[in-house]
Amino acid sequence: MSLRAVYVVWLRELIKFWREKARIVTSLVQPAVWLFVMGKGLSGFVHLHGSFSGSYTAFMLPGVMGMTVLFASIFSSVSIIWDRDFGFLKEMLVAPVPRSALVFGKILSGATVAMIQGTLVLVFSPFVGVQLSFSGVMEAMGTMFLLSLSLSGLGIAVATRMTSMQGFQLVMNFLLMPMYFLSGAIYPLQGLPTWMSVIARIDPLAYGVDALKWALIRFHQFSLSVDYAVLVGLAVVFTLIATSLFKMEG
Amino acid sequence: MTNRVMIEARGLVKRYGDFTAVKGIDLEVKEGEIFGFLGPNGAGKSTTIKMLTTIARLTDGLARVAGHDVARETDEVRSSLGIVFQDPTLDIGLTAWENLYLHGLLYGLSRTETRERADAVLAMMELQERRKDLVKTFSGGMKRRLEIARGLMHRPKVLFLDEPTVGLDPQTRARIWDYVKTLRDENGLTIFMTTHYMDEAEHCDRIAIMDQGEIIALDTPDNLKRSVGNDVITLQTANDAQAIAALSANFSITARAVQGGVQFDAEDGETFLPQLLARNLFHVTSLNLRKPTLDDVFMLLTGRTIREEDLGARDQMREAFRQRRSQR
Repeated sequence: MSLRAVYVVWLRELIKFWREKARIVTSLVQPAVWLFVMGKGLSGFVHLHGSFSGSYTAFMLPGVMGMTVLFASIFSSVSIIWDRDFGFLKEMLVAPVPRSALVFGKILSGATVAMIQGTLVLVFSPFVGVQLSFSGVMEAMGTMFLLSLSLSGLGIAVATRMTSMQGFQLVMNFLLMPMYFLSGAIYPLQGLPTWMSVIARIDPLAYGVDALKWALIRFHQFSLSVDYAVLVGLAVVFTLIATSLFKMEG
Repeated sequence: MTNRVMIEARGLVKRYGDFTAVKGIDLEVKEGEIFGFLGPNGAGKSTTIKMLTTIARLTDGLARVAGHDVARETDEVRSSLGIVFQDPTLDIGLTAWENLYLHGLLYGLSRTETRERADAVLAMMELQERRKDLVKTFSGGMKRRLEIARGLMHRPKVLFLDEPTVGLDPQTRARIWDYVKTLRDENGLTIFMTTHYMDEAEHCDRIAIMDQGEIIALDTPDNLKRSVGNDVITLQTANDAQAIAALSANFSITARAVQGGVQFDAEDGETFLPQLLARNLFHVTSLNLRKPTLDDVFMLLTGRTIREEDLGARDQMREAFRQRRSQR
């Protein structure tokens, strides 16, 4: 029964995702801007020291995928606020299913959608000089799924405490952009002032981006076992927080 | 109607901080009954429904729905009831059929059963032709029918309808009532509904009138109206003085002269009027028979009327929002 509920919540989100195919395409606009406007523009000035020998846009590709996963995960968890405003949340809350199942369903659907959107960014890889391998793509997809589990959990935890869309956007602007900039997505996390590297260390996205860079361009700054340990740990912790906050709903 | 008790409440209390929304109410609803819950906004109707449907915790008291304790057997209660909330709870980004399908699965029906039920309830609510359309294209009345259809998916024993006709035009309201009666007659469903439209409460088998957290009257609509007083008859005659004298001489009725005619009370106006006219005692040019209404009952019990003007600002906004949404 509970697994069924997880599946129903997941299925609903996927049906709606699929229905808005146009938005899937437009979701590639932002990554394209980062890669080709920002990336190409800066590539003449940026010299990556250390072990990475590829182009700057190649360096950015996994980071931009991480950004896509970040926004897609948060966007999907925001839908809880919509569900509350449009009443559908009530329909789910009165069903004979545990609330935790509803949260798991929401997190899993967020992770699925985010992984698909992140993977789509790979269509740009030939233009930025990244050679794809099957195993690399699989590894990247797994990493994005794992990363999104924790980000969706975080988003849901925030969304349950928010009563309006405006409030949520405010919080997310203060959280999302710094998370992205300090994740190592657009510059390597080295030679930074101490306060920045400290914040980068507590940025969940940094570990996801690091693992993505290893999967796709064989570059990393943390140890991979640390990356995955942190991602799994955060996924568990944020899911638990989201679940316990969601239980107070209604 | 059978003798099985489907909804039972004993000393139901709900407190929010210092405010007591529901002050220890008792009620019993039998299987197959249409039970109306009336009262002005803020009387505690919705809070009571929330407790009976496991959404709000009971502060005190006991409640059972379909034989299950609402506080301890939450899932059993939820499986045996269907709810149509005051505010819409459909996913307007999904089709009618998808809304029903997901509901069926969520309530543990098998896929095959879910498909069969979805087709059945769509047919019942006459929505088959729109099954593949997105709900955002539906009118307010269609959405309400779809919500009722969805509430019936998992074959509930009790259907809770919270203000099911608010914001709908008169034809649609009448149609919703037809469906409700059919459900009771053909499926033996127990229906518990709230409304603040007194005229609609006439459709109910029994009515509880709630005010300020308490049930102040509970009976059939006819009995309640009888408790208020007699029918009021107003006649226009060629000669009012002659008519008053004739009524007094022949029926020992004390009639009074009012603006526009002669007025008097009668216990059973429908049978009295033909008798009076048959005697041809005086010339009647027009007549008016007014039966007591549930509005009168409420007025007598509380000294106030239930009217649209009584809607709080929040409810007015809600109604405006709802109408705007259904126009889309």
